[in-house]
Amino acid sequence: MTLLAVDGLDVRFGGVHAVRDVSLTLDRGECLAVVGESGSGKSVTARTLVGLTGSGATVTARALHFDGTDLTRLSEPRWRAVRGRRIGLVLQDALTSLDPLRTVGAEVAEPLRVHRLAPRAERPARVHDLLTGAGVPDPERRAAQHPHQLSGGLRQRALIASALAGEPDLLIADEPTTALDATVQAQVLDLLDALRRSGTALLLISHDLSVVARLADRVAVMFGGRIVETGPTEGLLARPRHPYTRALLAAVPGARTRGRRLSGPVPATDGPPPGPDGCPYARRCPAADAVCRATVPPLDGHGTRCWHPASDTLTPEPVVTPQKTRSTDREERRRRPDAATGETLVEVDGVSKAYRGRPVVEEVSLRLDAGETLGLVGESGSGKTTLARIVLGLEEPDTGAVRLDGQPWSGLPERHRRPRRSHIQAVQQDPLSSFDPRWTVARVVGEALARTGIPRGRARTLRTTELLDQVGLAAALLDRRPTELSGGQRQRVAIARALASGPRILVCDEPVSALDVSVQAQILDLLEDLRRDTGLAVLFISHDLGVVQHLADRVAVMHDGRLVETGHAEELFARPAAEYTRRLLAATPLGAGA
Amino acid sequence: MVRPRAALRLTGRAAPAIAAALLVLIVLAAVAPGLIAGASPLETDPVAALTPPGSAHWFGTDQLGRDLFARVVHGTRPSLLLGLGATALSVAGGAALGLAAALGGRAADQVLMRAADVLLALPPILLALLAVTVLGTGSVNVMIAIAIAFVPGYARIVRAETLVVRRSGYVESAVVLGVPRPVLIVRHVLPNAVGPMLVLATVGFGAALIAASGLSFLGLGPQPPSPEWGAMLSQGRSFLATAWWIGVFPGAAITLTTLTVNAVGRRAQRRFTRRTAA
Amino acid sequence: MKTPDLTVPALLRGTARRLAGALAVLIGAATVAFAALQLIPGDPVTVMLGPGTAATPEVKAQIRAQYGLDQPVLVQYLHYLGRLATGDLGESYQQQRPVADLIGDQLAPTVELALAAMFLALVSALLAALATAGRRGPARSAGSLAELLAVSSPSYWIGILLLTAFSFQLRIFPVAGDQDLSALVLPAVTLALPLTGVLAQVLREGLETALGQPFTLTARSRGLAPVAVLLRHALRHAAASALTLTGWLTGSLLGGAVLVESVFGRPGIGALSLQGTTSKDMPLVVGLVLLSALVFVTISIAVDLLYLAIDPRLRKR
Repeated sequence: MTLLAVDGLDVRFGGVHAVRDVSLTLDRGECLAVVGESGSGKSVTARTLVGLTGSGATVTARALHFDGTDLTRLSEPRWRAVRGRRIGLVLQDALTSLDPLRTVGAEVAEPLRVHRLAPRAERPARVHDLLTGAGVPDPERRAAQHPHQLSGGLRQRALIASALAGEPDLLIADEPTTALDATVQAQVLDLLDALRRSGTALLLISHDLSVVARLADRVAVMFGGRIVETGPTEGLLARPRHPYTRALLAAVPGARTRGRRLSGPVPATDGPPPGPDGCPYARRCPAADAVCRATVPPLDGHGTRCWHPASDTLTPEPVVTPQKTRSTDREERRRRPDAATGETLVEVDGVSKAYRGRPVVEEVSLRLDAGETLGLVGESGSGKTTLARIVLGLEEPDTGAVRLDGQPWSGLPERHRRPRRSHIQAVQQDPLSSFDPRWTVARVVGEALARTGIPRGRARTLRTTELLDQVGLAAALLDRRPTELSGGQRQRVAIARALASGPRILVCDEPVSALDVSVQAQILDLLEDLRRDTGLAVLFISHDLGVVQHLADRVAVMHDGRLVETGHAEELFARPAAEYTRRLLAATPLGAGA
Repeated sequence: MVRPRAALRLTGRAAPAIAAALLVLIVLAAVAPGLIAGASPLETDPVAALTPPGSAHWFGTDQLGRDLFARVVHGTRPSLLLGLGATALSVAGGAALGLAAALGGRAADQVLMRAADVLLALPPILLALLAVTVLGTGSVNVMIAIAIAFVPGYARIVRAETLVVRRSGYVESAVVLGVPRPVLIVRHVLPNAVGPMLVLATVGFGAALIAASGLSFLGLGPQPPSPEWGAMLSQGRSFLATAWWIGVFPGAAITLTTLTVNAVGRRAQRRFTRRTAA
Repeated sequence: MKTPDLTVPALLRGTARRLAGALAVLIGAATVAFAALQLIPGDPVTVMLGPGTAATPEVKAQIRAQYGLDQPVLVQYLHYLGRLATGDLGESYQQQRPVADLIGDQLAPTVELALAAMFLALVSALLAALATAGRRGPARSAGSLAELLAVSSPSYWIGILLLTAFSFQLRIFPVAGDQDLSALVLPAVTLALPLTGVLAQVLREGLETALGQPFTLTARSRGLAPVAVLLRHALRHAAASALTLTGWLTGSLLGGAVLVESVFGRPGIGALSLQGTTSKDMPLVVGLVLLSALVFVTISIAVDLLYLAIDPRLRKR
């Protein structure tokens, strides 16, 4: 008998139908991954399985069985006996997934206390064992510390240890590795894998198909509250049949996607939106027709919920043939005056920066040439953002210098830098915070245009509309406030603003890391298009090796404030010289090897 | 227990409308008290002294036979003016000093914030008492005294807000665009730093009204026969045993006004945070 | 680097910095008082002698010399600070008694009142916040309305209402004075009510912020009951968020006492403050200002230390 059997689960929040007809099964020693973007209903599903959907939710199901118990009939006190004892939940590591005011030991021991699993005197020893089991070194000291004194990886391990304290049969992990650096992420996944091997059932919730691929036995892909495709991991990755799964896989950037578009073709916008019982993906699907919009199909024999499933394998060929391959792209670029000179636009020379005596950037030297994309890779705390701020002239280096267009850039008074600021523009990770909250899109872009001398009025409106068009936004958005835009739209506005002054250099600091994979794909494609059309030089900063492999000509790897390696992308990734680069590559899920 | 629940839910939904209606009424009483209360607030009638509330005198009469309802309605203007004046002065002063501290460099910041620390170390009422001692009694002096007591608080808020805005992503973006500093301050820093304080000031108005009426309650504000609410309360104290209404109605007017403004202010505050942080 | 050797000097340095800050505030408060003294219109000697006293210019000059009032302002200021440093608060103009004695006599009833009010306010605010946090519906609306009403009611009016109802109509509590505990009830309730409103709001907001954080979900997923989450997790966060305000409110009770003591005819520091300012008895006023500042800096140091105890993130490693 299966441990967990969900059949026809529906969750509504008032009028919002968050989860629709979800069915899944899971057995001991098995790992099922539920994958989807934000709003797909995957987290709501996870919370429903621990009875914590929230007070405003209505939950119905044909069956919701856990180890012979009907979960739909559980009273709240009976639920409490299940939570933490039979089913454990691990959330994403935020600083606050563990109570920041209590010691790690008290947090790990809480299930022991609640379920009376160990008398007070025995708890420290049990906490010690649990932390050791989760791979936390020096457990005694860690138990006495508070969450903020632990690194992200250790915090996540402690969180897992606390979920395991009641020795649950089922562990639900909601984005357990999302905020972690690649190397740490790999370690946490290994820990979860060991758990599964020891017989625990594992339900893994993630937005990232490539991350769960190495761990999951089976995958269920969710979209718009429904499971659209499900099956054994290998088969689903090799032969995805649902257009959404295919788009999702095609959107993952990496070495194999170099020179190719990541986002699929724009769906036909004519035709009405899908009805309430239509396929939720019809809005985005290029193959959608009237039938798709009217009714959602059942899962077919292959586990695909689609009227028009694809039957071929997802070939290594591009989903959409790009107009040019990377090599012809290069040739074309060589023909442009900018690139022909091979002129160096930015020169960073032995730059160091320390905050309160702690070195953040140490002796970094690099250059950015006209028309090229330089990928700057590093994990959190590597100093890459500080370096970007120094390049942008927002921060002064303690020692060393930055030169822009061959002339001094750092160490100048701001009024001397100001006239040349139009040459170098920026796109930040969080576009929302980079917009004045009171302003509309028109004013945000208009402020940048004002600096170029375009007078207020029709000329400026016209140019703003052009810029929005260039980044793929409709003029209808001109009067919207940033809070009324989606994440992808915001980032497009930020790019339009950066382009307004006609810069030669664009500094992008993690521009896609807050976005869903499919939106990330669109933004990366946009950046690539802009680069091709305008000959922009891009300094692209990311923690994500796959993204950098996808679009960088040259790569610089940063670690602990130092540049450990620089080189041409293909060569560097094929033959990494630095030990750290090798570790980083090994930890990256799909992209690197594949 | 169904009906009280339903009634409460109804008031919950109707609360904004009720608050708005009260606000209109209060403003009307301040602008044209004669429209609401026909009787004179100053005319004495020894025969009718200390009449309890009834059909002739809704709120009763005071020890000199003056109609209390007329006095409470006519007292709206002087009472509101005290609160408004004090709030306007303290907001203006707070904004100026807070901005000066945040944008004027280290030395200015140090001096101003240490001064604010000192003033904040004294209870507002004591500070206001001290100010009235120096300035003398009267409406304008009470306003100034309350403003002195409230300025450090507002200055602190504006300074903190300004520092947040100055480090914000959008100010940084403007720097990257090459927007000159003075333009940047006027365009981004000022509105975003002072805006939240204006919303706070609606709630601050209630506190100012209570404090100002408190000073006149102590006999330091407008002098009799002015129908200011605090002063009326002060007189009512002597008749608590025999004529409770003299002490109850002027205080109720203060409370109702403060309640209305607080309710409206809180709503504005919630909306404001939702708009900027959504 | 192990932590213990670093902690002690860091703690000492922190304490030293706090004490220096406290001293600066005290000197500042003394300066404010001195400035106020200088700004008072009219001749201080005339004020000192009281109205209606016709003293000859010679006598006035003699008094002036005696108090050092003929010296330049800066010299007077330094003398004044010097005297304060030795603990000499001077003599009241009005009552011809040392200010320290006057304040000492009146301290007890006010401290009694303030402590009773703060205790009442904290307990009732905490209960109200715990009962309404995270709830919706009528209980929540009723709670909100009660808080708003409490915050919007002037304490002097609450006092009058309570007096009318309980002393004049029902005759349960005495009308005035500070004879026994029953005389403390109404003033303490009066002083506590507005505080309760403010504190309940802040505590509930703190609780609700904590309930919205991921660790709450983590705790619930361990099998904790909602009440246990509230008490074991959220309460500390709420306490941390309300601490500064509680400290400040405690300090400002001295100001609130001015009005409440006046309404209930109680002796105390508040009544003394009113008497001092209305009669322009500057040495007395200066003494009271310094007392308030001292109370305030003491409380803020206590608040700082409490923060360190509650929130480990603020402790330096």
